[in-house]
Amino acid sequence: MARDLRFLVLAGLLLAASCESAVFSPVSESHRSAALELFSPAHGSFGSLEETYEALKTFEVLGIEKKNDLRTSSCTSVADTLRSTSSALKDFFHALRVNSILKCKLNSETFRGAESRLKGSLHDGNSLIEFYYSIGGLVLLKDQTSEVDVHLTDADRIFRSIKALGQSDGRWRLSSNNPESSNNAAGIALEALAGVISLASPHVDHSLITTLKNDILKLFDGIERYDDGTCYFDEKHVGARGHQSPLSASASVVRGITAIAAVTSENLNLPGEKILGLAKFFLGVGIPGSAQDLYHQIDALNCLENIRGSTPLILSLPATVISVTKKDQIKVRVSTVLGSPAPTLSVRLMQIFISGTKDASVIDKKLTFDAASGMHVLETLPESIDVGSYIFSFEIIFDTPEHKKNYATGGRTKVPIHITGAIKIASAEIAILDGDHGSVETQRKLNLPGDNDVALSANHLQKLRLSFDLTTPSGNAFKPHQAFLKLRHESGVEHIFLVGTSGKKFEIILDFLGLVEKFFYLSGRYDIQLTVGDFNMENSFLQPLGYIELDLPEAPEKAARPPPQPVDPYSRYGPKAEISHIFRAPEKRPPKELSLAFLGLVLLPFFGFLAGLIHLRANLKNFPKSTVPSTFASLFHLGIAAVLALYALFWLKLDLFTTLKSLGLLGMFLMFVGHKTLSHLASTSAKLKSS
Amino acid sequence: MGRSSTTKDAQALFQSLRSAYVATPNNLKIIDLYILFALFTAVIQVGYMAVVGSFPFNSFLSGVLSCVGTAVLAVSLRIQVNKDNKEFKDLPPERAFADFVLCNLVLHLVIMNFLG
Repeated sequence: MARDLRFLVLAGLLLAASCESAVFSPVSESHRSAALELFSPAHGSFGSLEETYEALKTFEVLGIEKKNDLRTSSCTSVADTLRSTSSALKDFFHALRVNSILKCKLNSETFRGAESRLKGSLHDGNSLIEFYYSIGGLVLLKDQTSEVDVHLTDADRIFRSIKALGQSDGRWRLSSNNPESSNNAAGIALEALAGVISLASPHVDHSLITTLKNDILKLFDGIERYDDGTCYFDEKHVGARGHQSPLSASASVVRGITAIAAVTSENLNLPGEKILGLAKFFLGVGIPGSAQDLYHQIDALNCLENIRGSTPLILSLPATVISVTKKDQIKVRVSTVLGSPAPTLSVRLMQIFISGTKDASVIDKKLTFDAASGMHVLETLPESIDVGSYIFSFEIIFDTPEHKKNYATGGRTKVPIHITGAIKIASAEIAILDGDHGSVETQRKLNLPGDNDVALSANHLQKLRLSFDLTTPSGNAFKPHQAFLKLRHESGVEHIFLVGTSGKKFEIILDFLGLVEKFFYLSGRYDIQLTVGDFNMENSFLQPLGYIELDLPEAPEKAARPPPQPVDPYSRYGPKAEISHIFRAPEKRPPKELSLAFLGLVLLPFFGFLAGLIHLRANLKNFPKSTVPSTFASLFHLGIAAVLALYALFWLKLDLFTTLKSLGLLGMFLMFVGHKTLSHLASTSAKLKSS
Repeated sequence: MGRSSTTKDAQALFQSLRSAYVATPNNLKIIDLYILFALFTAVIQVGYMAVVGSFPFNSFLSGVLSCVGTAVLAVSLRIQVNKDNKEFKDLPPERAFADFVLCNLVLHLVIMNFLG
């Protein structure tokens, strides 16, 4: 029982935590194991170069060393793709991306071929994707080799043709003949434009960059947000590349912004709160179930980690359930999204809200920094904090003002915190009162929580009183979520009563006179069970107290019947009652000896018959003597014997039809020989008579 | 007095019956013997039934009816082959015997079917 309750409390805590969901933790070890599981190459290589890149990038960001396992097969594939003139632009781009991580050995001829291919398609290109792949490819080439000249001389023209696809709301279209715009395309366009800026040989016109900055700010105006500060870019567009999830759209935008921030020297003035919101969104996803989603998440977080000017800092708590009995301390960790430590800063506890109310107490207390664990620790809880649920509001304050420019903290961070403790239960007693005067008839002290076994008896004119006090460790009154008294009759009928409170004191008085009807006039033994539970109460309990023997009056005729007890739902799946088959009892058979004796007895008349025949001197002298008639006579007798034998067989095993068939044949034969024999006898006797 | 005369009368009656029966032809005596044999067998089976119970009732019926049926058929045969019986004067005893055999075979087919 106690364990169940503990489980309940835990479940409640989890629920409470997930509802507010304001605690985000940076990328952890579980992401690493998920990455290893999701990106598991079949037969040593991935299906496509795109998948290979996603796996390599994820591993690189998470610091997993698996490059060498994939190098051989991937490099072969990269070289093949780059050398082939027929490979698609997309494959070309992904091959170069894989190569940017693996650094395969490729000759300068390959690079030169790739460069002319990319520049060619850049000239012919008119859709955003083509620009993206060509420019992305050239940027990658620039990083990988110095042998080829990748500078764009007509950068302004390309910039304008990409910019022409942009919409007034900051979104982008994928091609000029496709009116639908999307956030995903915006991310792609920003990345392509960043590429153009970095490749431009004479610098891109500064006014173009200024308009681009405005576009980015407009794009951020269209961001979606949740109540807890999480922000994301929604995606309604379903294009040729299939449905894009908010995760991939947001990741795409983050990649674009990071690329732009990296190539321009200007400050983009990105809204820090929204950047932090995006970081919370990517962290709030948890561990995605698919490899591609994991890539988007990790890649976007990597971009946010390295975004120039507004790297988000995440404030996380290893534990949000703090026990006052164990003297737990509130510990706060501040890190970047990927878990690397933050610069020197201090964390202040600004306000404490009582959960569920608007009350707030202003604290403004600095947390001490523990360099060994990298945590900011609140050593002692404020005086006003007792057992209960609170929302703590923390603020990050940088020690040096430069850091404020480079990091996004998003103002105050609110974290739900549960303070738990062991609740003192005092002066618990159960008593039977006399109805008229209220004088105490019997009284028992209770040991709560602990083993109790009270045995009380009462009639319908008396009352039951249960009372106890609850105080928190700091001596304040405590009001648990649940305080129930349950009476359970032998027949399974249960009655639950709420235990009322007045200040510290919890008391319930059951007046049986008013309850006889509710109790269905059921006299007898009632088990008493008390439940006191709260998820901040470490010693919540649900335990039997003993029993009370009730003597209630006889039920009048019109009284309500107790409801049928619900059948245990689990019994439906349990074994069914065994079915015993009733067979007809075998008839009594006589003893074998008796039956055998009667068999002998039945044979006796036959012997008597034979004896009688001898006595009468019966003989066979009339049997025909000459050959032919005697043969017929013998056959006649044999025929009869055969028929009788057939009958015996019929009795033993043959069925009626087989028997009748054989009988027909035998009968014909028998009639023939019988007729012969008997007519011979008749003629003999006629002759005898006439002579 | 009366009683001894009754006994005497009865004795005289049996005497006359016996002397009359002695004159019966031998073949009729054989048939009578056969009838008695069949009837006694039936009686023994009824006795067995009385002792043990009629559990395989069809078997009991088959056994008894077989005997009784045979006896009845034998009685018919006796009627037909009796020379003093003027009704069947023209009927040769061989024909009567053939009827008897045929009827017996049919009867026993049914009996065997009923025996179970």
